[in-house]
Amino acid sequence: MLKVEGLHTYYGNIRALKGIDMEIQQGEIVTLIGSNGAGKTTTLNSIAGIVRSAKGSITFEGKSIVGMPAHSMVKMGISLAPEGREVFPALTVEENLRLGAYIKNDKGQISAAFDRVYTLFPRLKERIRQQAGTLSGGEQQMLAIGRALMNEPKLLLLDEPSLGLAPNIVLMIFDLIQDINKQGVTILLVEQNANMALSVAHRAYVLEIGKISMQGKASDLANDPRVRQAYLGLA
Amino acid sequence: MAYALIAVGYSLVFGILRLINFSHGSVYAFGAHIALLFVGFQFGVIPAVLLSIVFTGLLGVAIDKTALAPLRKKNSIPIAALITTIGISNIIQNLLMIFFGSEKKAFPAFFDFGMVNLGIAKVNSTQIVMCVVSLILLAALMLLVNKTKIGLAMRATEQNAKAASLMGINVNFVIGFTFFLGGASAAIAGSLISGYYQIVYPGMGFMAGLKAFAAAVLGGIGSLPGSVLGGLVVGVSESLAATFLGSTYRDSMAFIILIIVLIFKPTGFFGKKTITKV
Repeated sequence: MLKVEGLHTYYGNIRALKGIDMEIQQGEIVTLIGSNGAGKTTTLNSIAGIVRSAKGSITFEGKSIVGMPAHSMVKMGISLAPEGREVFPALTVEENLRLGAYIKNDKGQISAAFDRVYTLFPRLKERIRQQAGTLSGGEQQMLAIGRALMNEPKLLLLDEPSLGLAPNIVLMIFDLIQDINKQGVTILLVEQNANMALSVAHRAYVLEIGKISMQGKASDLANDPRVRQAYLGLA
Repeated sequence: MAYALIAVGYSLVFGILRLINFSHGSVYAFGAHIALLFVGFQFGVIPAVLLSIVFTGLLGVAIDKTALAPLRKKNSIPIAALITTIGISNIIQNLLMIFFGSEKKAFPAFFDFGMVNLGIAKVNSTQIVMCVVSLILLAALMLLVNKTKIGLAMRATEQNAKAASLMGINVNFVIGFTFFLGGASAAIAGSLISGYYQIVYPGMGFMAGLKAFAAAVLGGIGSLPGSVLGGLVVGVSESLAATFLGSTYRDSMAFIILIIVLIFKPTGFFGKKTITKV
């Protein structure tokens, strides 16, 4: 479904990505793990069109999408819930979600999308009229994911959904990620919490300073001694 | 009310871009000149004003696309955009001098039905029209920003342009649209105010623009009703100053009030304090 080949991305003169190759099949949850500064967020932002890549190709459903602006990616069916959530703080929960469905014009489709998100996240429904900036961190994360689902994406990119959340909320978010996947949404998950990410994902890539160093089935990687030592804190 | 009409344009652009568009005064002068041009072609006053709205709106878009969009693309510091708008202001003003001449030109009076007796005071009918038009413009813009889809996109862009683009919003289009609205409102202001004073000249936007900016800050820049209220306060206090302190003090009033307000209530009447939660 998504194929990334030889992707290079620079910030000024600094090479953030030094040739990334990865592939995601329809229906999968794929996770990209790695330490701080490895280039995980840059990889997602390159796919979503927020940063421009210098070299390499990204194809989505057979079409080259490299160099397309972020707002066109959404129309292709790629949706990103960014790192740090980035909800619109002064807008209400409902307005935030309505913006998620910005590219849709059909009223029926939009209200179906609302229903779907409210079923997944009943907490958001209780807070329809509340300003997003006043929500708790976990609720803001739900809103960010819900908002990304409003345009009914084929591929959902999740950047650090566990960031700054209490352990029980993290568990809940990861359960929901699996639910969303079962509804037919392909997911690319970037996480520092490698333990959680490997437990929900089908396949995984390990990113080290701008390059893929390991890849394979998530369960295999979770048992790999190198991964256990470097990312899972286990000897 | 004259300042209110211009102040709305400052607030619109500031509300989205957090940028004070100092070219707005010159855009206002441009609007007045274009209206005059089409009046000269015997189009009639109303069509001339409508054409001026379109052309001045397009001027706003052109300013954004040629001068400000490239700066945004390079992520330049906000002060660069601010200084650029001052430069644009000079360019527009000088182009107006080249094409229209620097002398003061007569503008036809319109909506002039003589004086209207309101019981306690006699008011010039043009002033009533200006007042009504300002309120209609305010209502229309507020509806647009708060109730329509493009308005929602404008508010989203204001808060987080990157997240807005992730929603599928073409941020550059939204910003261009905002500049169109700013230009269009400047054209309405330019035509109406010129119709009142019956005079048009390239430098007309300088003082008016500065005072309207003071009015916008006074009302809480970024807030549309605030800028209308600020415009009213500036206008009324100017008239009072002219009457009681002598007309020498007239021009300083707007700025005296501005300084006082900035000391005691930096956010203005309707200014929002933004809270960022980490």
